[in-house]
Amino acid sequence: MISAEPILVMKDICKSFPGVVALKNVQLRLFPGEIHAVMGQNGAGKSTLIKALTGVEIPDAGEIRLKGQLIQPTSVNEAQKIGISTVYQEVNLCPNLSVAENIFIGRFPMRGFAIDWKAIERESTAALAALNIHIDVNQTLSEFPVAIQQMVAIARALSTEAQVLILDEPTSSLDEDEVERLFKALRQLKAKGMAILFVTHFLDQTYAISDRITVLRNGEFIGEYMASALSRLDLINTMVGREINESSYAVQDTGDENRVADKPFVSAQGLGSTGNMRPIDLDIYQGQVLGLGGLLGSGRTETARMLFGIDYTDSGTIHIDGKPVKLSSPSKAVQQGIAFCPEDRKTEGIVADLSIRENIILALQARRGVFHYLPKRAQTAIADDYIKQLGIRTPDAERPIGQLSGGNQQKALLARWLATDPKMLILDEPTRGIDIAAKLEIMELVKAQCRKGLAILFISSEMSEVLRVSDRIAVLRDRQKIGEINSKDADEQSVFRMIAGAEA
Amino acid sequence: MNEKLRNLTRSQLFWPCVTLTLMCLVNFYFNRGFFDIEIKDGHLYGSVIDILNRAAPMLLIAMGMTLVIATRGIDISVGATVAIAGAVVASMIGGSLVIQDGVQTYVSNVPMPVAIICALLVALICGLWNGLLVAGAGMQPIVATLILMVAGRGVAQLVTEGQIVTVYYEPFFFIGNGFLLGIPFSLYIVAVVLIALLFMVHRTALGLFIEAVGINPVAARFSGISARALVFWVYAFCSLTAGIAALIVTSNVKSADANNAGLTIELDAILAVALGGTSLAGGRFNLIGTLIGGLIIQTLTYAIYSLGVPPEINMVVKAIVVFAVCLFQSSELRAMLSKHMFRPGEAA
Repeated sequence: MISAEPILVMKDICKSFPGVVALKNVQLRLFPGEIHAVMGQNGAGKSTLIKALTGVEIPDAGEIRLKGQLIQPTSVNEAQKIGISTVYQEVNLCPNLSVAENIFIGRFPMRGFAIDWKAIERESTAALAALNIHIDVNQTLSEFPVAIQQMVAIARALSTEAQVLILDEPTSSLDEDEVERLFKALRQLKAKGMAILFVTHFLDQTYAISDRITVLRNGEFIGEYMASALSRLDLINTMVGREINESSYAVQDTGDENRVADKPFVSAQGLGSTGNMRPIDLDIYQGQVLGLGGLLGSGRTETARMLFGIDYTDSGTIHIDGKPVKLSSPSKAVQQGIAFCPEDRKTEGIVADLSIRENIILALQARRGVFHYLPKRAQTAIADDYIKQLGIRTPDAERPIGQLSGGNQQKALLARWLATDPKMLILDEPTRGIDIAAKLEIMELVKAQCRKGLAILFISSEMSEVLRVSDRIAVLRDRQKIGEINSKDADEQSVFRMIAGAEA
Repeated sequence: MNEKLRNLTRSQLFWPCVTLTLMCLVNFYFNRGFFDIEIKDGHLYGSVIDILNRAAPMLLIAMGMTLVIATRGIDISVGATVAIAGAVVASMIGGSLVIQDGVQTYVSNVPMPVAIICALLVALICGLWNGLLVAGAGMQPIVATLILMVAGRGVAQLVTEGQIVTVYYEPFFFIGNGFLLGIPFSLYIVAVVLIALLFMVHRTALGLFIEAVGINPVAARFSGISARALVFWVYAFCSLTAGIAALIVTSNVKSADANNAGLTIELDAILAVALGGTSLAGGRFNLIGTLIGGLIIQTLTYAIYSLGVPPEINMVVKAIVVFAVCLFQSSELRAMLSKHMFRPGEAA
């Protein structure tokens, strides 16, 4: 049921920031009862387009019409009032408030002069139930995993009687089950006639849910297509702007075995943290990628955090190069040559207000200590070198890293660690929220580093990615290691069977 | 030209400098002798020198405060630390004028250097305590330092046994009242601390680490920075600056008053940091800005006194000026202003 008239039209939208043209004559049409995906690489202008629509950024030129009326929202509130609701890529909620408060914050229903808490509780429970989430809405938001928090953000957006719902990468922290739940909810909304704008990096999800696709590249409008009429390959080609065949994305080369060291670089025996992670044995070799396979919450990140000295361990031992060590803090782990790219790039990785240069040399400087300060010239040389080597797209190294797109931030974080010349690199979801081309580049970089003799621990919630990158996979379930397989003899199904089989 | 002007107004130091200049001009308008400096007995005298001299203790503390605030913290116990350190140094020196064989000599209870070192050590201990609470126990900085703020004056009273301790040992007066090469000695102290600090911040990784911890403590820790140790020592240093300030204050008034020494100096110091363009949310900081911020406050105070504003309303006048200055420094207002100033026709 697709009506002929679009509910929302954006025409010739332009927006530039100092030094960068973010959007150039971009068009967008949203139809009621339709899910519209905006696709593009990092820095293509997707986020800016959404910000222009939701009043976060004011376009320099162009017009936006909602039901034929010219609109110019200047704040998120204003956009919400006229019926445009948004769920952002990173959860924008207050972790210290309860779930119910988060859903109703800023528009508490009143009863006389008092806030009607009963109604809030009732309605937020119902709003979440519509998404098939059944939790105690009076609990503090931070007690729930990110996936649930994301659903709360969606419930919040839905409960504002929106006509247009915008989802900016809502699925980047959800597991498959939760994605399915979300999609079910989205289909319901679509059937009710809502216009939904959906931004994602996942091709599968784009095709699973969207009716129409708009492609942006370098801030320019490339085209609007019906999803059914655009093949995956064509979509990737229009996004990237050059020929990429899908098989190159599935590149699989574990190379020769000779480069793998005889003895493990890191050997953990019975390493555990009560209430956090059950004792685990892991051997990580230089020149080899060890993948951690498992579902969300299976203990992947917990394992990484134990090995980097973040979380307290109360059992087991770690040997590095055959010598027993105690990793009681990240700085100790760094001294041992371990590097860690955390899962949450924004809150645990980048130091947003510092420049790219400062971010890149941060770990190296920390390893050298306060008094062995790298001269600025050396800093710039290192930063420029990595910017070139890893293809970080930026005019210069002095910009705040927060201004970079997600993929480029991730590359800068990789540079931070490569600059320390580490012996082992832990990568927790290094490709989350990053477009395909950048994903490919990052995985290529990881492989190249591995070939140079780096030990790598690779974590991803995309099993296909783990299989593609890893030499061996340690399979986790319920914060416990249930086995180890060679990725050559495995496919997604066999890993999932392992996870499921042990469950039965 | 326009581009240059715009860059200039975006500089962190632009507005503090403008404010300070304005404040001086106001003084000059009402008092034509404001910028005059004369030499009496080989010493420099004048309003400007006076302002600098009087600002010295607060400037010292504001420098330590800048680092604390850059780490997302705050230290409201520095006033109490001034009282404690002042009580220690005054009680230890005490002193009397003794005439021996017709020769006047000044005698102190303990040698002055020992007393000074002890006072600084006591101040350092105050800082270690704060650092322990904030970095070790993970208390919120304002609560952690509130403890010492409240308890500190009590401790100082214990040291002085409830009395105002008067110092009769003349060499000690040099710190707060003396001149060296015509310039007040206290300014040398400020200069030495400032230069040492600038060196630490710019020639070692300290500045980078403090900013990283202030902007994103988790990411800083995950990069291998020992964030807790860093925060701990920053609090220790801040209290040490309060100890140095206490020496000047005590020497200046030749006595230690546990109740009033350094009273509300923490607020002036915090204000100086804010006026200097360092965000109270932590992160990027600017020591020179803090210096200018401190001078703005002192110049304002001077103006209020020299204009003869009735004492009962001078706090109100001060508040209004501070409000206006803070308003001008808010980035939102600045963005609005520079929009109107620099691109009037571009909106179309």
